[in-house]
Amino acid sequence: MNESLLRELVPAVIGVLVRRGADFASAEDAVQEALIRALDTWPDDPPRDPRAWLVATAWRRFLDAVRSESARRDREDAVEAEPPAAPVSGADDTLRLYFLCAHPTLPSAAAVALTLRAVGGLTTRQIAAAHLVPEATMAQRISRAKAKLAGLPLDRPGDLATVLRVLYLVFNEGYGGEVDLAAEAIRLTRQLAALTDDPEVAGLLALMLLHHARRASRTGPGGRLVPLAEQDRTRWDTALITEGVAVLQGALARDRLGEYQAQAAIAALHADAPTAAETDWPQIVGWYDELLALTDTPVVRLNRAVAVGEADGAHAGLAALAEVPDDVPRRTAALAHLRMRAGDLDEAAELYAAAARAAGSVPERDHLTRQAARLRAATRRREGLSGSS
Amino acid sequence: MKYLLLKHYRGGPAPVHGRPEMDRWTPAEVDAHMQYMNDFADRLRETGEFVDSQALAERGAFVRADGPGRPPVTDGPFAETKDLVAGWMVIDVESWERAVELAGELSAAPGAGGEAIDEWLEVRPFLTGVPGQE
Repeated sequence: MNESLLRELVPAVIGVLVRRGADFASAEDAVQEALIRALDTWPDDPPRDPRAWLVATAWRRFLDAVRSESARRDREDAVEAEPPAAPVSGADDTLRLYFLCAHPTLPSAAAVALTLRAVGGLTTRQIAAAHLVPEATMAQRISRAKAKLAGLPLDRPGDLATVLRVLYLVFNEGYGGEVDLAAEAIRLTRQLAALTDDPEVAGLLALMLLHHARRASRTGPGGRLVPLAEQDRTRWDTALITEGVAVLQGALARDRLGEYQAQAAIAALHADAPTAAETDWPQIVGWYDELLALTDTPVVRLNRAVAVGEADGAHAGLAALAEVPDDVPRRTAALAHLRMRAGDLDEAAELYAAAARAAGSVPERDHLTRQAARLRAATRRREGLSGSS
Repeated sequence: MKYLLLKHYRGGPAPVHGRPEMDRWTPAEVDAHMQYMNDFADRLRETGEFVDSQALAERGAFVRADGPGRPPVTDGPFAETKDLVAGWMVIDVESWERAVELAGELSAAPGAGGEAIDEWLEVRPFLTGVPGQE
């Protein structure tokens, strides 16, 4: 059995322990310990029934913890006070875990970590490595999150919007350490889509699939960022695109549009263009208008202005950008791009250099510096030509 | 022994070839510079001497407490501050000599015209958490 199959069993096993009367925090700890033991011993000594092995091992760990001197009083009280849970299916357990781990009272970093551990079945060490923090820090973040959730009932639906936001955060964290968080986010969203009936879940899944399809082409040699227009489209994953488009069509057919569906529709239009020049920008602007109607944020306005610049020309784009507040991240980079398209190369170079100084990541900073260097080289060549004539 | 190699946007001794202004280099020169930095870190990973490397944004501020019950006071950012840290690399090496050798290599990253920029890097030993043997 491979590690991802083992991970899939984790939420259901937590559910079994909770239904047997364990509180969520202790159940989750016990299952994590059983998981670590499984990762250690299964390669040499695989169990006949993995799920039963995990339940038995985790339950023993839980009982040991309850019996241990320091924890006895609190936990036995908790077990007694817990009303007997109604028998429910493993699927319901898993769905409730999504809601609990992404509870709106949790800070997003804690919700991300807890979701990855309790729903995703990752170990604390893997989660810590993926976020470049010490394991002890991550363990503490998770246990504080669980303390915050203590006493919350596990038996009612939560806020789906927060769950989706947490999953999207995980997706955007991308790749760190041994675990591919983007792939993990897709797995968890796919599983959630099978458990719920909300077109926005499908919308988020489609959005992730369509973005993930472009991953190989997004970075060049030395980790450099390759913008969409310059990506080698033959390297896009057509199977993921086909799946993403099908999932999106299924969601849109239900006629309950939401922001993830609208964003996925934009991603699908990019995926559909054989070359950057063939992109259907007017339709993309139309989807940005839908998105604005759903959620009017400065970031959506900024992205819409860039699309308007492609659909109706740089000057129209600049006019749309004038409506976007100055302090929106990446506004200077968008302005530089539109100025360049309008032919103001000197000013665009200055703006790209300024955008590089304000960049939030090394790949972005380096990309913007290259853009500035490229434009300055172009203007030097032009001056050289006019100087010699 | 761990050492911090500190890179400054500003500060330190006067630069020998002027401040590198990357956005005025050619795109190929920018690429060559970045490749050099990546290769350097990769080489230290292979020799088992690499610990960490981080870049810092230029923006930021000074902050201090302002007494109980009052919010902290911030000052800056200062456009013309004398010293501004750009980032660092932490290395774990045998000796001060090795740390200086590596800092020299890192400093010689190529810039305009493929010439080494020879920028000043600050090299600082870590204080260890364990008392030394008497």
